[in-house]
Amino acid sequence: MDYNLMREFADSWGLVAMALFFVGAVAFAFRPGSRGQADEAARIPLKDD
Amino acid sequence: MKFGTEIVALGLFAFAALVAAGFGVDEPFRQHMWVLFIVLVGFTVVLLRNTSFARAAAVDPSAYMDGPIRYGAIATMFWGVVGMLVGVVIALQLAYPDLNIQPWLNFGRLRPLHTSAVVFAFGGNALLCTSLYVVQRTSRARLFGGGLAWFVFWGYQLFIVMAATGYLLGITESREYAEPEWYVDIWLTIVWVAYLILFLGTILKRKEPHIYVANWFYLSFIVTIAMLHVVNNLSMPASFLGSKSYSAFSGVQDALTQWWYGHNAVGFFLTAGFLGMMYYFVPKQANRPVYSYRLSIIHFWALIFLYIWAGPHHLHYTALPDWAQTLGMVFSIMLWMPSWGGMINGLMTLSGAWDKLRTDPIIRMMVMAIAFYGMSTFEGPMMSIKAVNSLSHYTDWTIGHVHSGALGWVGMISFGAIYYMVPKLWNRDRLYSLRLVTWHFWLATLGIVVYAAVMWVSGIMQGLMWREYDEQGFLVYSFAETVAAMHPYYVMRAIGGAMYLSGALIMAWNVTMTILGHQREEEPMPGSVPALQPAE
Amino acid sequence: MGLMDRHAIIEKNATLLLVGSLLVVTVGGIVEIAPLFYLDNTIEKVEGMRPYSPLELAGRNVYVREGCYLCHSQMIRPFRDEVERYGHYSLAAESMYDHPFQWGSKRTGPDLARVGDRYSNGWHVQHLTDPRSVVPESIMPSYAFLKDQPIEVKDFSTHLVANGRVGVPYTDDMIAHANADLMAQADPNADTSGLETRYPKAKIGDFDGNPQQVTEMDALVAYLQMLGTLVDFKNYDEAAGYR
Repeated sequence: MDYNLMREFADSWGLVAMALFFVGAVAFAFRPGSRGQADEAARIPLKDD
Repeated sequence: MKFGTEIVALGLFAFAALVAAGFGVDEPFRQHMWVLFIVLVGFTVVLLRNTSFARAAAVDPSAYMDGPIRYGAIATMFWGVVGMLVGVVIALQLAYPDLNIQPWLNFGRLRPLHTSAVVFAFGGNALLCTSLYVVQRTSRARLFGGGLAWFVFWGYQLFIVMAATGYLLGITESREYAEPEWYVDIWLTIVWVAYLILFLGTILKRKEPHIYVANWFYLSFIVTIAMLHVVNNLSMPASFLGSKSYSAFSGVQDALTQWWYGHNAVGFFLTAGFLGMMYYFVPKQANRPVYSYRLSIIHFWALIFLYIWAGPHHLHYTALPDWAQTLGMVFSIMLWMPSWGGMINGLMTLSGAWDKLRTDPIIRMMVMAIAFYGMSTFEGPMMSIKAVNSLSHYTDWTIGHVHSGALGWVGMISFGAIYYMVPKLWNRDRLYSLRLVTWHFWLATLGIVVYAAVMWVSGIMQGLMWREYDEQGFLVYSFAETVAAMHPYYVMRAIGGAMYLSGALIMAWNVTMTILGHQREEEPMPGSVPALQPAE
Repeated sequence: MGLMDRHAIIEKNATLLLVGSLLVVTVGGIVEIAPLFYLDNTIEKVEGMRPYSPLELAGRNVYVREGCYLCHSQMIRPFRDEVERYGHYSLAAESMYDHPFQWGSKRTGPDLARVGDRYSNGWHVQHLTDPRSVVPESIMPSYAFLKDQPIEVKDFSTHLVANGRVGVPYTDDMIAHANADLMAQADPNADTSGLETRYPKAKIGDFDGNPQQVTEMDALVAYLQMLGTLVDFKNYDEAAGYR
């Protein structure tokens, strides 16, 4: 496999794949219904000492 | 018998060090092994004096294990003062070169001592003790592995002592922020793996279903540093009884491996780890949950993904291939976004409680830390732009940038965390003095401002002087003239550093008095609620 | 189970979190660093590069030990002012035998990539002994102690062997003569024909002005005097070297 071939893959499909992954991660974090779960997790440090 | 195995193991290691001191092939190695021997014998004697044949008292498996954390807090304070003191000394050496004392106290040997002492001894101990504090309290579980935490703590201190004495003896791999030679590196690897087992084991036995986000940052810091440390320090010793080794890589490959490590020492040691600190101690001190937990998840993945690519920006316009430089630049600029996401998340945690800034100097310290985090994570991407870097590289601008991150972000957030933890760890009602925290805050803040401003001026001036041409097309300044022009700035920089150091000394006093159980008679902070008095 | 619930698994499973983070942080390193090792065009082909002679290597070790790289770079960038000040910009090939590299990151003092042949041995010794006696503005520490430290040579060939194991092409001949070559290079009266065939362009002489013994000062000056002198830029093809 030659370097240029890999580079072309990286700046086309590779880039698209990473961008989609990131959008997916953001969508996941802000999906409907995640708020309650997140709020609960955020209170972990405040629960006790 | 209490400590039986430990005493035997230490005795054997001390004997091995003695043998190495006798048969070492180079003088620095023999000296270094004498140091190791003396340290190990010291450890052994202390254990022998504390040993007893009585059955050890059973530990309560549900109680938190705070002994190593108390020691860690003291070690953080101690190494912090040492590292900052060495920093002021080398700053003065640059202003007044007659302060160099050859061979052991020359600038070239003291500078790695300064950087390692503040990054790994001060910062490392701060991360070690806060991570163990946080993981127990957010997992609601005692530390995993019995005495493992003690091994990690003392093993890490041994690493620090060996690294520091090695630098003074001239034992170095010359890899910035990874200078210790091969045998010290191997020891650190062992300690670090133990740390990973300790931390991960505690998470695995947690009683809380969710793993709190601070632990994500700590975990990624531990595992990434393990990977970086092992790869970057691959080297071939000239002799197994000698201090000298040769890097497994050469030239271009070596440079990129080193700065892949070097930048991620910043990214994972000095950023991810301390973000873990922020995500626990800021909510605790403000007594409100983090602004957006969901943002912190995105912050985490984006930050660790982007950081690892940014290393080549340390090698702009060098013999590193252009494609790698450009890649490093692009990722460095993108890094600005998650960094500011984290900053906003930290700052906004205080929304609705901004009045605490006025009444609580510890919160003030944490907020200043986050502000400096935001400042230096904007400056960093800017300096990674090739055109800017062509001016800033090789100059004091870089030094100023590092210090606004290190003094401003790493230092201040650690101070805040220590101020928070110490009264809790020693069961004190409050710190010895909040007024002294205010003094510390202002000395530190002004010190950083002086330091960073002076380094901007000297760095940009030096960069411009180097490239200044006259009308005939000749270079205007000889190199020596640009060195002479730096003198007033080097003096001012030392003053800024001394201010920061004096703040840390005040803190050391404050923390010591708190641990000893004293409370200073003083006016309460303006606007704060009077402390509740116990019933007579 | 929907896609949206998958992250919840990560959030609750420490091992997965560990593996996930490790995967994410390895990608960048692999994509950036790995190609440098197999791409032919990382290091251009130039004539003249050779491994360091034993005395130069010993001097380089002194350079590393004293932390010279903390204030002196060895990497000239392709800018007009740097090329006029220091000489031809540095090539990747010029550090191909450097374990470790000494490019540096700060210029408190000037770049040293091509300092070889610029000053006399006597100047270097005087400058290292008392920097401000020759450059009044200098803020460099004194390294006078190097003159009094004889090179500790138990068996210097181990250093060549170690370099050989990480890829420097030291021949058996070079390794066999390591100690002798080290002493001969600092001795103007020695027979150095073997040394000169093994290490072309090696500077030979009593560097520190003290012919009685081979000191660390000899080694360091020998190293400084060869820096940047191996490649002849009259024969260097700029276009072919661009990457």
